Amino acid sequence: MAGAIWCVVEDDRKGTPKKVMAEVIGEAARLGGPVEAVWLTDKASEDGLRELGSWGATKVWLLENAAFAPYRSEVWAAALAELAAAQSPKAIFGPVTSRQREALARLAARLGVGIAADSVAFAMEGDRLVATRPVYAGKLLSKVTWAKQPWVATLRPNVFRPAESQAGKTAAVERPGVKIANAQMKFIERREELSTGLPELAEAEIVISGGRGMKGPENYVILENMGKVIGAAVGASRAAVDAGWRPHRFQIGQTGRTISPKLYMGFGVSGAIQHLAGMRTSKVIVAVNKDPEAPIFKIADYGIVADLFEVVPALTAEFKRLLEK
Amino acid sequence: MKILVAIKQVPDTATQVKIGAGGKAIDTAGITWIVSPYDEFAVEEALRVKEKRGQGEVVAVCLGPDRAKEALRSCLAMGCDRAIHLNDPAWTAADTLTTARALAAVIKQEQPQLVLCGRQAIDDDMGAVTAQLSEVLGWPCAAWIMEESVDADGKNVRAARQVEGGLEVFDLPLPAVISAQKGLNEPRYPTLKGIMGAKKKEIKDVKASDLGLGAEPPQLSVVALEALPPRPPGRVIQGDVATAVKELVRALREEAKAI
Repeated sequence: MAGAIWCVVEDDRKGTPKKVMAEVIGEAARLGGPVEAVWLTDKASEDGLRELGSWGATKVWLLENAAFAPYRSEVWAAALAELAAAQSPKAIFGPVTSRQREALARLAARLGVGIAADSVAFAMEGDRLVATRPVYAGKLLSKVTWAKQPWVATLRPNVFRPAESQAGKTAAVERPGVKIANAQMKFIERREELSTGLPELAEAEIVISGGRGMKGPENYVILENMGKVIGAAVGASRAAVDAGWRPHRFQIGQTGRTISPKLYMGFGVSGAIQHLAGMRTSKVIVAVNKDPEAPIFKIADYGIVADLFEVVPALTAEFKRLLEK
Repeated sequence: MKILVAIKQVPDTATQVKIGAGGKAIDTAGITWIVSPYDEFAVEEALRVKEKRGQGEVVAVCLGPDRAKEALRSCLAMGCDRAIHLNDPAWTAADTLTTARALAAVIKQEQPQLVLCGRQAIDDDMGAVTAQLSEVLGWPCAAWIMEESVDADGKNVRAARQVEGGLEVFDLPLPAVISAQKGLNEPRYPTLKGIMGAKKKEIKDVKASDLGLGAEPPQLSVVALEALPPRPPGRVIQGDVATAVKELVRALREEAKAI
């Protein structure tokens, strides 16, 4: 249908859409839809297609081709642009992921339209869409609008209320033919990170973060133990990363990852502006620090002024007791 | 090999920002300006590519008002050979696409083999210019690079992108655009000699008309800047550690419903 809101599917690279798609689809529906999913993949699963329908997509544009994996922006942007030119969606949304932040920017350039990256809210004002985005290290919010459709935007994960899955709702699956661009870049290899067994930082619903107060790399194990109990990702502040205690991929903040979990707990994190930039949209913030003047207490919902090395084991035990009930 | 680095001048993170009159931009009075940190990684990497090859030229480009010359001067002090300043009132409200088109026009004139950017500028945090620039040029691109190496004959760059759960390594035929992620390198500090030498290096002013570009309205524009809504006041939980921890877990479960 012309005038649809497209949700570009982020999947696990094995044929299943990621949970964040429920958030993107949920927001597209709140804006009035109609909601359609666009899925570029080498192999879609039947379950995945059903899931997109159950979240509320009325149609799935399925672009299934070996050329879409591994991801290359040239190939994705060209295919999306061709389909958009034929179908005239009013908006094209995707979650902020390593693929889509690049592919949707490239797509917007190809279509000659604006992109609002890392949006945290949307509102229809008359017949125009206004997106809200954190700017200046999250110190201000910028409201932006587009000169013309399609309105291209990426959505920050964990911010938008996910659509609830409704059994029986299904999406019509269309398999349009699109030209596959000749990729100039060649995939060589994927190097997996050593798995911590804990959730990925940007996707986790609970994030535990350790700062300078952790005193050394050997102490992160106590945070990882808590992470295992409550299913949390473990991150670090810039001070801890710059000290070489944690690899950079665990850094939360302006020069690291931006996260927006349901629950953030900082241990020995002072709360420098550049750290707050990466976590201040978290829903509930807990801070544990020996220094009652630490700036993180200013934005924390709950604080404990105490030695983290006493608090962490006690808290882990208390969580364990609660969750075993 | 000629390498072009696109940089942006941004307020220092620690600077307080206030909304300016008109409500669509910040009040620039009293702001300390810096080269966006990710762009410093890009400059550093460009210099390393040149040094490794033993020859070449690194050109820094910045779109911005008069004050942006200071940022270009910093890049020259780090070791860039010359600079181009895209300085025209036509670009005052430039969005990422306008910026990408202006950069692409300069790149067509300069014909570098490699273009480096930072993964995003830390003022707008849009992170779109690298990809949009590559689209306008029709070049391959790889964003959020943690490693790169240009091959000996200068035909190809191997780049490792940071993605969820790992790195993806690609070969990109040159010319190509890549963007720097933190971890790519540790940027050098300018030496005194570098700072003195930078004063003699060229910063060329370029207007939109020099690039054959007209004043086009932005595709994305700011309606308003707003202060953050205040967070509800928090509370510091009192008592000894055992008591405080019990109360915290109770509050997280019963009040915040966060666990």
